[in-house]
Amino acid sequence: MPESDVDASIRGARRDGIAVGLATAAYGISFGALSVASGLDVWQTCFLSLVMFTGGSQFALVGVIGAGGVAAGGSAIAAAALLGVRNVVYGMRMRPVVGEHGLAHRVAAAWLTIDESTAVALAQATDRAARVGFWVTGIAIFLGWNLTTLLGALIGDALGDTRAYGLDAAAAAAFLGLLWPRLKRVQAGATAVLAAVVATVATPVLTPGLPVLVAAVVALVVGWLDLFRRREAVG
Amino acid sequence: MTVWHVILIATAATLALKLAGHLVPASFLERERPARIADLLTVALLAALIAVQTLAVGRTLVVDARVPALVVAAALYAVRTPFIVVVAVAAAVAAGIRLFA
Repeated sequence: MPESDVDASIRGARRDGIAVGLATAAYGISFGALSVASGLDVWQTCFLSLVMFTGGSQFALVGVIGAGGVAAGGSAIAAAALLGVRNVVYGMRMRPVVGEHGLAHRVAAAWLTIDESTAVALAQATDRAARVGFWVTGIAIFLGWNLTTLLGALIGDALGDTRAYGLDAAAAAAFLGLLWPRLKRVQAGATAVLAAVVATVATPVLTPGLPVLVAAVVALVVGWLDLFRRREAVG
Repeated sequence: MTVWHVILIATAATLALKLAGHLVPASFLERERPARIADLLTVALLAALIAVQTLAVGRTLVVDARVPALVVAAALYAVRTPFIVVVAVAAAVAAGIRLFA
């Protein structure tokens, strides 16, 4: 590849990363506000964005605590951990991309391994562009996500009675926004519908938090047996 | 258990998972079936969270302002409305219904 094309592909990766970073940062406001509405304080909310730094697990943790309080703590931990399992797969895909440069470098890469940094890296045509895309996206989101989390938490704190502002409905809409891009395949759609039904049916029977975990069994069964594949379009 | 305990344990678990992908020799999860289950796990948990967040109040099922708000949110995502706009509109729909109902 000529040098100018290499430069262009690196610039493209950098641009992708910053664009995705800015778009994702906006989610932080809703996370911060919802977290405070669920009963966490501003420090706890910011700690999650700084250290946990994986949106799905963060939303799940505050969602389960919001529904069941500290009594549902075990379920909140399990839900956050189960939603973090996909990061193991992302990490394995990003390992050859970031290279092997010592422990600190690998820990930093692991920390920044999330949906968006992985997606931008995988979308690049060259190894160098993939590496640039991964780091630029990860760092841009890390900065934006933490700033907007703090902002959202302060706004949520100032609002007071959050139910009157519809923040409980906003939480459901936020989860739907995380789910929506994953529903392109029939198998995923069927899993989502079944899991929602299982969680709903289990709600009157089990303590708050557990219905969400029981619904995870749907993923195990559908994934293990590879159900709902036949009607999928090829490609 | 306090909220901080929940936060610290959950954070340790999610960080360990992130590190596992980068540090543990890859083999098991690279196979098709575990990778597929990991993928569907995310879908199932998010869908279950939506159901609970929309219909549950403790251990009772309640249909209230959250349901129309979620329907509006789904319609907006279907026409590719940005996340933050959808979340704000969903909150406004629920708040509006509660104000006037």
